[in-house]
Amino acid sequence: MTISEDEVKKVRERFESDIISSYQDKDMVVFILKKEALLRFVQFIKEDPDIKMEQVTDITAVDWYQKRDVRFEVVYHFYSYTKNHRIRVKVPVEEQDPKVPSITGLFSGANWFERECWDMYGIVFVNHPDLRRILLYPEFVGHPLRKDYPIDKRQPLVKLIKPEERRERP
Amino acid sequence: MSIREGDSNLRSNMGEEELLKDVVITSRLDESISFFEKVLNWSRKYSLFQYPFATACCAMEYMTTMGPRYDLGRFGAEVPRFSPRQSDLLWVVGTISHKLAPVLVRVYEQMCEPKWVISYGVCASSGGFYNNYATVQGIDSIIPVDVYIPGCPPRPEQVLDALILLQEKIDRSKAEWRFSKKYDNK
Repeated sequence: MTISEDEVKKVRERFESDIISSYQDKDMVVFILKKEALLRFVQFIKEDPDIKMEQVTDITAVDWYQKRDVRFEVVYHFYSYTKNHRIRVKVPVEEQDPKVPSITGLFSGANWFERECWDMYGIVFVNHPDLRRILLYPEFVGHPLRKDYPIDKRQPLVKLIKPEERRERP
Repeated sequence: MSIREGDSNLRSNMGEEELLKDVVITSRLDESISFFEKVLNWSRKYSLFQYPFATACCAMEYMTTMGPRYDLGRFGAEVPRFSPRQSDLLWVVGTISHKLAPVLVRVYEQMCEPKWVISYGVCASSGGFYNNYATVQGIDSIIPVDVYIPGCPPRPEQVLDALILLQEKIDRSKAEWRFSKKYDNK
């Protein structure tokens, strides 16, 4: 369920210079936002009594490798229990400086999502309290969901036995 | 053909060197060892203490096979032990990632000899459809495997078949394996 047109208008007017574009997608309204305005925007949609987003459902990223000028796009989904509506926010991030402000101060549930996003895409969430890898092991080098990560690269922790060296026990 | 000490007629009729050329001599000591091996293998194959290393959906199928309808206990593999130190059959049930591989090697090394490994399902056997940065392409690249079970997940009949195959393998095994070179993954 999407937010009403009045609320979309209200958000657009308030963040006129920060919203790059916004459109109605199939399922919800999408705001494409400058990353400087992200914290203010999230705080507004959290505290505004008509929009009142209470939960961050997901944070992930998209890698537009060699398809767009701005390589990454961090995608946020917000949900309101009381109003039963959702918002999607996209923030373009350059490859040279992949930094986004962390929203863990506003939504503590964003903590692990941002860690996963760092783990898989290498996006740095500034002011995150504990930005470590969450799914992969600390010895892992690189970020595997980036499109330029080699598809057949493996980083094993134990020595792998080659097929010709495999012995059957007697 | 074997020669006993009492076969004096045979000895006198043929030259002894010619006789021994292509004949295997078994002494009473060898016979008793092979009899001891048979008893040992028989008792081992019907009292497998298992350690299920269950990581994925195959574990549900394993539970089905352990349950009353298929009942793995009929074949002597009755008791799952939840410590590798008390068990001698390791079931690797499900996908093994590179992060988990050191844990699996450690569990395998903690088990006492004699020990056997069954690779349960395609993910454990070959990586299955996960050919990516995270998944080990078959656990035989980290520990030795005795029996592989294909299927995603395998039918319980396949699991019973694998257990019977392993029992046949245990039945064939010789006592010398104790003195062969130990498996080393360091």
